[in-house]
Amino acid sequence: MEGSKAKLKLAVYWASACGGCCVSVLDVHEKLFDVIAAADLVFWPIALDIKYHDVEEMPDQHIDLTLFNGAVRNSENEHMARLLRKKSKILVAYGSCSHLGGIPGLANFSTKEDILNRVFIESESVVNPENILPQPEYEVKEGVLNLPEFFNDVRSLAQVVDVDYFIPGCPPQTERLLEVFVAVVSGAELPPKGSVIGAETKTQCDECIRKKTENKRIKKFYRPWEITDDGYSCFMEQGVICMGPATRAGCGYRCIKGNAPCRGCYGPPAGVTDPGAKMMSAIASIIDEKEPEEISRVLEDVVDPAGLFYRFSLPVSLIRRKII
Amino acid sequence: MEFTPRIIAFLCNWCSYTGADLAGTSRMEYKSNVRSVRVMCSGRIEPTFVLEAFKKGADGVLICGCHPGDCHYQEGNYRCLRRFLLLQKYIRQMGIETERLKLEWISASEGKQFAELVNSFTETITELGPCKIKETMQILT
Repeated sequence: MEGSKAKLKLAVYWASACGGCCVSVLDVHEKLFDVIAAADLVFWPIALDIKYHDVEEMPDQHIDLTLFNGAVRNSENEHMARLLRKKSKILVAYGSCSHLGGIPGLANFSTKEDILNRVFIESESVVNPENILPQPEYEVKEGVLNLPEFFNDVRSLAQVVDVDYFIPGCPPQTERLLEVFVAVVSGAELPPKGSVIGAETKTQCDECIRKKTENKRIKKFYRPWEITDDGYSCFMEQGVICMGPATRAGCGYRCIKGNAPCRGCYGPPAGVTDPGAKMMSAIASIIDEKEPEEISRVLEDVVDPAGLFYRFSLPVSLIRRKII
Repeated sequence: MEFTPRIIAFLCNWCSYTGADLAGTSRMEYKSNVRSVRVMCSGRIEPTFVLEAFKKGADGVLICGCHPGDCHYQEGNYRCLRRFLLLQKYIRQMGIETERLKLEWISASEGKQFAELVNSFTETITELGPCKIKETMQILT
């Protein structure tokens, strides 16, 4: 910002996302007036009619803060990631998809071919006798039509461009976004580049509101609907898999307060690269069996370990896609 | 060129590493494809270690610990066994052949068994061929 009166230029963009992150920005409610008093929203497709070419015409580093939500799934997402990187002073990966790959990242269990086949050919509700698949380029008599190219792999934002900060969550908690926003507006000293902000460094379990004991000995795992939750004791101790041990705190225990186990959207705590591997470690430690057959019987209840433990983080995990 | 597998072995300090050592001091011959990593206990082997090994190009990962009941820290090898069984399930989902990850109990006196294990595991991995994981991790778009 030049001079004390210059307003902050703020942009919000969605790539491969559901829209929930943009809604979480809208959830500032009446505080939106404070935001607008301190910042101009220069680009926000969900709310404002500003076109891509308007962004292209901005000078480099014109935007002070960009909240980029959504994973990088196709060439349009990638183009916008590169463009917004160039035009922004601070680029923030906002939300699980842009931070870790998120739910769209689960597509890394399949290939581009599998997905296009399923959606455009095999799907029960599709009639496509000529087996037409989307093409990045198609010639008609008026000229050439273009569609973004669908990539084989889903990537997180940091796997495509340089990212300054990460705000985790699916979606991030609005209160935490406001804290970050206020810090940027007030000119407070910002944390080192690459930090995860708007969250804690420790795990969910560390300050969980549910009652914990040292007695975690499990002979059977349950899906949440299979038991009657007592409403106050640790989910793991009741045999329900909760991602708390491998998940960063800072969400305000939204799921736990709603009597649902943690799903892991805040990603790994500080110092951990692969939350799923940590979770496997934790789960294995609490099984109260010693014979291979008995252990395997208990593990039968963990139907889909890859999907469950990497629900939000497959593209950034050690084995970031299914081997093809 | 003929395929020579790269195998990472995690050996517990108290039994399996000593067992491997015995194989060496007894001048037993076994395949040189195994790179040993000594850990204090098989219970120290986190799933991260195994996945990292595969990611960095291991064609097979061998985990060895004390026989059930013999763990120097009482329960470490049971933890290892549980993690191993869960990991097997996970790597199968990720498209890695489960034969590439093996767990065996080797005591300090089982030098011969260790040498045989290394030979048979190397053979299994040679038959399976190179692990495609490194290749897959490079493709991005």
